[in-house]
Amino acid sequence: MKRAIITVVGHDTVGIIAKVCTYLAGQQINILDISQTIVNGYFNMMMIADVSKAAKQFAEVSADLEALGEDIGVMIRIQREDIFDSMHRI
Amino acid sequence: MISMREVLETNDMIEKENLDVRTITLGISLTDCIDPDVKTLCEKIRSKIRKTARDLVRVGNDIELEFGIPIVNKRISVTPIGLIGASACRTPEDFAEIAKTMDRTAEEIGVNFIGGYSAIVSKGMTAADRLLIRSIPQALSQTGRVMSSINTGSSQTGINMDAVRLMGDIILETARATADRDSIGCTKLVILCNAPDDNPFMAGAFHGVSETDAVINVGVSGPGVMRTALEKVRGESFEVLCETIKRTAAKVTRVGQLVAKEASKRLGVPFGIVDLSLAPTPAIGDSVADVLHEIGVEYAGAPGTTAALALLNDQVKQGGVMAADYVGGLSGAFIPVSEDQGMIDSVNAGALTMEKLEAMTCVCSVGLDMIAIPGDTKATTIAGILADEMAIGMINQKTTAVRVIPVAGKGVGDNAEFGGLLGHAPIMPVNTFDCSAFVNRGGRIPRPIHSFKN
Repeated sequence: MKRAIITVVGHDTVGIIAKVCTYLAGQQINILDISQTIVNGYFNMMMIADVSKAAKQFAEVSADLEALGEDIGVMIRIQREDIFDSMHRI
Repeated sequence: MISMREVLETNDMIEKENLDVRTITLGISLTDCIDPDVKTLCEKIRSKIRKTARDLVRVGNDIELEFGIPIVNKRISVTPIGLIGASACRTPEDFAEIAKTMDRTAEEIGVNFIGGYSAIVSKGMTAADRLLIRSIPQALSQTGRVMSSINTGSSQTGINMDAVRLMGDIILETARATADRDSIGCTKLVILCNAPDDNPFMAGAFHGVSETDAVINVGVSGPGVMRTALEKVRGESFEVLCETIKRTAAKVTRVGQLVAKEASKRLGVPFGIVDLSLAPTPAIGDSVADVLHEIGVEYAGAPGTTAALALLNDQVKQGGVMAADYVGGLSGAFIPVSEDQGMIDSVNAGALTMEKLEAMTCVCSVGLDMIAIPGDTKATTIAGILADEMAIGMINQKTTAVRVIPVAGKGVGDNAEFGGLLGHAPIMPVNTFDCSAFVNRGGRIPRPIHSFKN
């Protein structure tokens, strides 16, 4: 399973999670875990997702999510989980 | 499972604290290109580099995007050209042709620097080494991406003072050959003692003869990350300070290790080493001097700076060593002047002098780096500076280096502008008392005794 971390940061607004999830569902990307918090009025969300069956290449998904983020007015990025595992797990 | 705190910490390092992988450097052996004809040799070199490195930039960009970590530079290092050109080159101009080939090929592949216009002359110079060294002023003035390094000493061989004396002249000639651009040629020329074979950082990168056909070496960075981590332990004991440096270095190194392994896998080239370096850039907040300030000195250069740097350099290694499979290169903390805004500020404040920098090189990862000096500095004085630095490396069994820029037409009070990653630098005064009788003696300083230390 290839796992990725999707982070969404920005001003809180209606429907952020819905829009991101709808996009991911369309790409056959399964969400394994979601957590979110509001810090100083800023919306922080993190999803762990399985991208091994994704319909599009990683680069395309990344570009799509960035564009979706611009539409909503938040910053969305997707990164392979390995970078976090490497840094925080021995 | 990875927590949100951990994810945010990593991304804050990248977005706010300038965490990046400073360079993926692909080392390429050119020994199979050797040919008695210069033209054929250049064609073989171009073809070998293009074949081996054709996917380097694309793979680097892919990794950058997928992991969300900037990879600032993709670079190439090759076998020292003093060896590769030996059977073909009869004149300095012949060697310069190889430099031009390296330059063009680097541009075609899309890498910003190519290292290895080098000679290893720590004990003696071959006729070819001498020709290569003679060609450096024209090679560096006629190319933009070629980096040159000359190893003039080692703890095993002693110091080749003939080479040191010659490099005094060559540095000045290179400065004059690029006088119209603040002597930028000298920013691409470094003189080393104990040069490592697997260094991914420029200007000293070359693919050593102890290496395999091709290898991936990765240089990490992270002065901004280190400074932010240390802000949180202000006023705490040395124990807490050192533990924080080690933990932070380990985290940064793990990212380098991941990128190195991934690049190695995708390029089908063996992984060599991770260079555990705190490498500053002129960007605000990406400064080793700022880390020293955070450790507790008002400016880099204040009393205590050498101890603070020694501690930093060693703890970075202690933290990083366990986090990577293989470490190597230069590893530690770089203290260039022009590439570090905090160092520039320290010079401008009057806190940092050449002499203090020399002391700091006893404990930093390399040496006197990116220091602009007056354009009228004598060649023998430059050779004296080189000799001092080589001696520090030889006796202390560490890599030392000198990259000074005698900026043509400028003096103390002026500034030199190199642009981009190379930055800008105030011109620093140099001790002008004469050392010509010393550096003109000729011959070698013998290898040192390795026991009987005091």
